Amino acid sequence: MLEIKNLQASINGTGILCGLSLQVNAGEVHAIMGPNGSGKSTLAQVIAGNDAYEVTGGSIRFNDSDLLEQAPEERARDGIFLGFQYPVEIPGVNNAYLLKAALNARRTNEDLDEVDAFEFLKLAKEKMAMLGMDPKFLNRGVNEGFSGGEKKRNEILQMAILEPRLAVLDETDSGLDIDALRSVANGINALRHPDRAIVLVTHYQRLLDYVEPDFVHVLSGGRIVRSGDKSLALQLEEKGYDWLREAANA
Amino acid sequence: MSTGPDNIENLVNRRYEHGFITDIDTESFQPGLDENVVRAISERKKEPEFMLEWRLRAYRQWRQMQEPTWAHVKFSPIDYEGISYFAAPKSDSDRPKSLDEVDPKLLETYDKLGIPLHERARLAGVAVDAVFDSVSVATTFKEKLSDVGVIFCPFSEAVRDHPELIKKYLGSVVPQRDNFFASLNSAVFSDGSFVYVPKGVRCPMELSTYFRINAANTGQFERTLIIADEGSYVSYLEGCTAPMRDENQLHAAVVELVALKDAEIKYSTVQNWYPGDENGVGGIYNFVTKRGDCRGANSKISWTQVETGSAITWKYPSCILRGENSVGEFYSVAVVNNHQQADTGTKMIHIGRNTRSTIVSKGISAGNAQSAYRGLVRVMPQADGARNHTQCDSLLIGKQCGAHTFPYIEVKNQSAKVEHEATTSKISADQLFYCRQRGISEENAVNMIVNGFCKEVFKELPMEFAVEAQALLNVSLEGAVG
Repeated sequence: MLEIKNLQASINGTGILCGLSLQVNAGEVHAIMGPNGSGKSTLAQVIAGNDAYEVTGGSIRFNDSDLLEQAPEERARDGIFLGFQYPVEIPGVNNAYLLKAALNARRTNEDLDEVDAFEFLKLAKEKMAMLGMDPKFLNRGVNEGFSGGEKKRNEILQMAILEPRLAVLDETDSGLDIDALRSVANGINALRHPDRAIVLVTHYQRLLDYVEPDFVHVLSGGRIVRSGDKSLALQLEEKGYDWLREAANA
Repeated sequence: MSTGPDNIENLVNRRYEHGFITDIDTESFQPGLDENVVRAISERKKEPEFMLEWRLRAYRQWRQMQEPTWAHVKFSPIDYEGISYFAAPKSDSDRPKSLDEVDPKLLETYDKLGIPLHERARLAGVAVDAVFDSVSVATTFKEKLSDVGVIFCPFSEAVRDHPELIKKYLGSVVPQRDNFFASLNSAVFSDGSFVYVPKGVRCPMELSTYFRINAANTGQFERTLIIADEGSYVSYLEGCTAPMRDENQLHAAVVELVALKDAEIKYSTVQNWYPGDENGVGGIYNFVTKRGDCRGANSKISWTQVETGSAITWKYPSCILRGENSVGEFYSVAVVNNHQQADTGTKMIHIGRNTRSTIVSKGISAGNAQSAYRGLVRVMPQADGARNHTQCDSLLIGKQCGAHTFPYIEVKNQSAKVEHEATTSKISADQLFYCRQRGISEENAVNMIVNGFCKEVFKELPMEFAVEAQALLNVSLEGAVG
């Protein structure tokens, strides 16, 4: 589904990703771990098409298309979803309004009929109940005055409604208390599907107790330095990242 | 070729058929302004003597005044001797015969704005007889209004038919020598609207509906007077979301509102005059004086404006809160793009006890445009318990534009409570990327954010115009990003 080859990317002239390769198939859950500054968030942003990052080499293919040729909105409509580490506030724009517009953009792309306000509300309320969210969220400005935890839940809600093909969740677990973490994890697990792939970018193993990954990759210095199954995450928890850094340099 | 008696008779009859109206309409004055021009205007309009005297007093005062320079706008000097002060409307033969002859770009804009089909021909200036039967609709409205005693007519008609009201109220809110442009208007005003709502009458319709069907070419010096007698209510909308083009570069209108005891006037403006091209060439100079007088106790005047057009906008719809417990409101969205400049805001003058005012101003700047909010809140010594709340927000799109805020607050009463909140924000790259990642195009994202920013003001507009105003904003900001 997603095939990244020798990807190189920089921001403001500083190289961050230095030849990263990754293959993700439908139905799989991958965890990308690594120390601060290793390029985890950059990878997520580049997949989504943020033009603040410059791709200087390599390729990304998503199903049959060359992702790097596509605008961010085209990627989104094709089913790529990025759960942001720091979801931005958009004052005055109704949360429900943005979500409905997003859903209809995606549906139109799939040749499905647009949903009307009633259908949308029904769908949104169903998903919110699953995530333990107050329906009042829908009438607030997008992330406006939300707490850190509320913003993250809102990202998961969007994902649940948009039903993407590929979800990249950037540090969705950071700043969550244990209850919030559990409901976010439930939201992610509910979306696991043979046709869908999920990439979890995370700093800690904590989330992986709830969402069990098929593969764990460790990113260091802009490359994947080790891949393994979920036991790799436990090893990291125990030994820290320095162990791998040394191993990589050896 | 024979010119027998029959032919002569035919010719005479034909000329008579079109009457003096044709004669007046096809005549334009030479450029320049002196007392004779003022006299001639008054004469053309068949005005009574008092009106001429009034115009002449204004003219003499204007001659001694200087153009103001304090506004935050730049433009090359206006040659007042180079303007023709009595311009003839276009004759039907100069106009397009049908929509097929109208600039397709204009039609495309109507489409984007969702202007109803039957209004497009009139807006595009298609010759009257080709326009759908709007006349009968207008007549129905007129009957409905006269049933309840509401007078709504062209200003020039009111001067002839209701001189007692004109004498009593004209210039009572905006005096002849109020300011340079108001004086000029008082001397040479072309036409405009007159509204009188009798005691206790709630005007049965938005006067907008009527106006849109019946709007006349009122010229560059428009004069409007609205009087709401005790306990009455009226909602009036001027302008239109459709783009308006005009050969006259200078527009200096005056609007006066008078609300007597327990009366309420809601005045909404959608202004979309030609703003000039992307390089700042051309465009209307819109220098307007608008003021409402809450003359009676418990009266209320509410201004709502959506300003997207004109090269330069200079206007401050104001409220004089004279009556006890009277209320003044000002809700404004001003959008400037490319090289447009706007210096706009309001004045709230608290004179009566327990008077209240609310100001909500939303300024949006894009391209190379500059916008300024200029507002005065004045509380006079006798205005015990006066309250004001001002909220003034600016939104910037791009790097070359600017937003400026000039609040003036003068409080001469200890019990007054005056609050001023101001914010300036930018549409950030992060916000746009967030929306795009959700599958929403950059242009739609900008529209969404701008409309969210203006929501508080749009909800004050009459329903059908709120929808059009949103569309208008989107069109005005086309190409503002990227």
